[in-house]
Amino acid sequence: MILSTTLEFCIFIYLLIFSFSYFTLHSCCLLYLCFDNAGQFFSSGHTNNWAVLVCTSRFWFNYRHVANTLSVYRSVKRLGIPDSHIVLMLADDMACNHRNPKPATVFSHKNMELNVYGDDVEVDYRGYEVTVENFLRVLTGRLPPSTPRSKRLLSDDRSNILIYLTGHGGNGFLKFQDSEEISNVELADAFEQMWQKRRYNELLFIIDTCQGASMYERFYSPNLMALASSQVGEDSLSHQPDLAIGVHLMDRYTFYLLEFLEDIHPASKTNMNDLFKVCPKSQCVSTPGHRTDLFLRDPGSVLITDFFGSVRKVEITMETINLTDPIKQKPKQKDWHPPDGFILGLWTLILLVFFKLYGMKHLKHIF
Amino acid sequence: LALKLNVLKRGQLAALSIAAVVIIVGVPLWWRTTETYRAWLPVNQINELANLQLQLSADVEVVFARGTVTPEQQKKVPLTQTQDEEHTVDEDTALRYRYETKYRTATIMEEDALNQPTAAEADLSLHTLSESPCGSLVVYVIPESSTLLPEDVDVYIGQRRTALLRIGAQMRVGRTLEQLLAHLEPRIKQVLQVMSFSHTDITAALSDRVRLSPGNKESIADSMRAFKSSPGYEITFSLLNPDPKSHRVHWDIEGAVQTYIQPLLTKLAPLANFSIDSQTLYYAMLGVNPRYDSSRSAYTLNSDSLAHVINPVEARLGSNAASSNPVLNFLLYVPDAHHSPLHIHDHKKQEVLSNAFHSPRWGGIMVYNVNGFYGPEAVFPVDININMAKVMGVFLAQLRLLLGVQSSAPPPGFLVAPCSSTGLADWELDRLMWSRTVENVATATTTITSLAQLLDQIGNIVINDNIAQQVSSAVTSLQLAVAELEAGNLGFALQYSKEAILASERAFFDPSLLHLLYFPDDQKFAIYIPLFLPMCVPILLSLLKIVSEARQKRRERQAKKD
Repeated sequence: MILSTTLEFCIFIYLLIFSFSYFTLHSCCLLYLCFDNAGQFFSSGHTNNWAVLVCTSRFWFNYRHVANTLSVYRSVKRLGIPDSHIVLMLADDMACNHRNPKPATVFSHKNMELNVYGDDVEVDYRGYEVTVENFLRVLTGRLPPSTPRSKRLLSDDRSNILIYLTGHGGNGFLKFQDSEEISNVELADAFEQMWQKRRYNELLFIIDTCQGASMYERFYSPNLMALASSQVGEDSLSHQPDLAIGVHLMDRYTFYLLEFLEDIHPASKTNMNDLFKVCPKSQCVSTPGHRTDLFLRDPGSVLITDFFGSVRKVEITMETINLTDPIKQKPKQKDWHPPDGFILGLWTLILLVFFKLYGMKHLKHIF
Repeated sequence: LALKLNVLKRGQLAALSIAAVVIIVGVPLWWRTTETYRAWLPVNQINELANLQLQLSADVEVVFARGTVTPEQQKKVPLTQTQDEEHTVDEDTALRYRYETKYRTATIMEEDALNQPTAAEADLSLHTLSESPCGSLVVYVIPESSTLLPEDVDVYIGQRRTALLRIGAQMRVGRTLEQLLAHLEPRIKQVLQVMSFSHTDITAALSDRVRLSPGNKESIADSMRAFKSSPGYEITFSLLNPDPKSHRVHWDIEGAVQTYIQPLLTKLAPLANFSIDSQTLYYAMLGVNPRYDSSRSAYTLNSDSLAHVINPVEARLGSNAASSNPVLNFLLYVPDAHHSPLHIHDHKKQEVLSNAFHSPRWGGIMVYNVNGFYGPEAVFPVDININMAKVMGVFLAQLRLLLGVQSSAPPPGFLVAPCSSTGLADWELDRLMWSRTVENVATATTTITSLAQLLDQIGNIVINDNIAQQVSSAVTSLQLAVAELEAGNLGFALQYSKEAILASERAFFDPSLLHLLYFPDDQKFAIYIPLFLPMCVPILLSLLKIVSEARQKRRERQAKKD
């Protein structure tokens, strides 16, 4: 009788279906969100992020390497990793170089659009401190006890570390500051020592040099993922010269890597497979390579923010402790000091007595 | 001709003597000067330690109160039972749990104590009678008719190391001592799982050594949340005031730390050193915009946006540059006047009572609303005194979680006493000490064995005397720690394990152990050949000539004889 007309009946059925579907969809959504959050908590297994960014060149004509490193530094800071968790190693001789037409700046785009030096750059190892020895010491943790906290890599077994190297390299080595080299075997051994001491949960290694793929050939520790800008036998090329500054501003691979990272924000869900597609041969001229066989998780499930950003896991504090009346405290006993001026008066007295005893003629020797 | 022979002979003598000097003096000298100094390491003992066999012993005293055993049975009690449980974790690690249970009847004074009206008072007076040592437990078995425990509760876990266990109903009529003991055994084991070490805890503590396949989600969350064992921790309390123009916030942090936090830290002193500092940050905003919820007329932060709150703040927090200890940050945020009151909502959009959240291995943040302290006509800036008891209650709970005090729900029928004023029960401290000791022993053995392996593999690293001494002392401390664990002396075991970890870390991270001497074989040849070949070639050739001449002479002599 209520649903006498067919129209009313239709509307009723429609409302029923609509509310039912809305309800199930909504609860499904909620469940998915819940699971997604919980799944995210457990899938990556890390609680903090670190970044070690190294520029291994010095001299004015290697401007682009410093600009590379500073651009990655900016992105990593923007996505949330604080300075206390970034170890930045630069020769730092670009911004205040005599040849820099715009002092205190390092640009990464043509037409000087983006000053990556800024005013809050925190360089941890600068100038001649950027050596193979210091780099390996930072990685393995074998620093002298006097090293301050900001120069240490204080990672634990739940840290995801991003390591970015750029400079001039060759087949199996990377040149540091034009005077020494690090070989791929030493690098692989350093990572193995990090693994033995459980100093990382997962490690992403990016290298932008000529023949960069040779540097990750020898890795053998678990949970390492590596990206390189060029294969063995190929050169990594630079991107664009700026006619006002007079040098090339950036390398191609890092330039396109940055363009990719500018679209990432702390809540984005882009994964590593997209990162592998950055800078194809048409844009980069060299063939970027990557290595994921040592990595336990599938790269498609690894978020970019797992390494480049610092998304914290949080839990709501459900319980509190009932603290009842505080214990009555004795007032803290302050150390007794003699009243002000007492010591001054005491000394004046001593001097007066001395001069009275031995005569006033000694006074003129003092005043 | 004689002169020529003389010259020839002199030449041969010269060549032979040069060769002799080179071989006898030169080669050993070169060997000794190019070898690296490697002090002796106790490699055999290290290899023994690589195979870790841990035995954990716990002492349990089961006291029968009046009414639980008949007088004839009382004569058979006291007795002692020992139980062993073996677990093999992986091919290098094996665990054995030994429970030594001593049964006895209660003394007069204990009976008096058990006659108190409530379980909490009974617990208190039992504690005044005797203090159990670290790592041991006392279980008082009370009759079923006892009124100490409420109806549905069978076990009461006290604040110290005692538990009250109510005998089951089926044990009322005509049972033997063996039946009684058989009935009690699983229940006492259940109590042990809660109050003493459990297998899941110990295997979680071994995670450094053994990468286990992920168990249930709770255990992973627990292992990710708590800080790893470290000789020291730094605790920083920060007050964030984004709106000093409206609120002048005062907090008696020194007094609060002294009253509420220090007792807990003093209790935890055997585990680690704690250093506390505090700071106030002005104009420190949260990185997230809270949404206004008109139904509750309050601003809300939902749980998804909480993750993004921490990073912008962390950049301003700072830390003590002198130490490398892990830092626990506790932040108290007083929302600005325009965004008050600010509530945190969980996944189900319910308001969180504590108004606080924490991040694993980092610290906690609490939002303290002050809009209730003043009316709309107040003159800004308003003076506000923070209720430190409420704030410290939340921070204390977060501190317990972050330090690894498990908060899993007890099994049904169990009643756990509420936290004492220190915030930590004695048995919780014992649990922490068990897992920390095992963790320290596991980490130290892994460090020492991997260091030995590393030094063995790379022949070019110099091993100084101080490193050898650290390694030896680490090995000694480890052996002592394992022995004390077997004996059941938890305090000493923890101390030795801490010494072992300190020594092993110092040895592993010594700055002189840097391997920068990677010489591939072709480089070695390239260095030595130009040095030694020009010198060796004439000597070798002259030696060959001497040998061939001697052979020729012998042939001539043979020919002459014939």
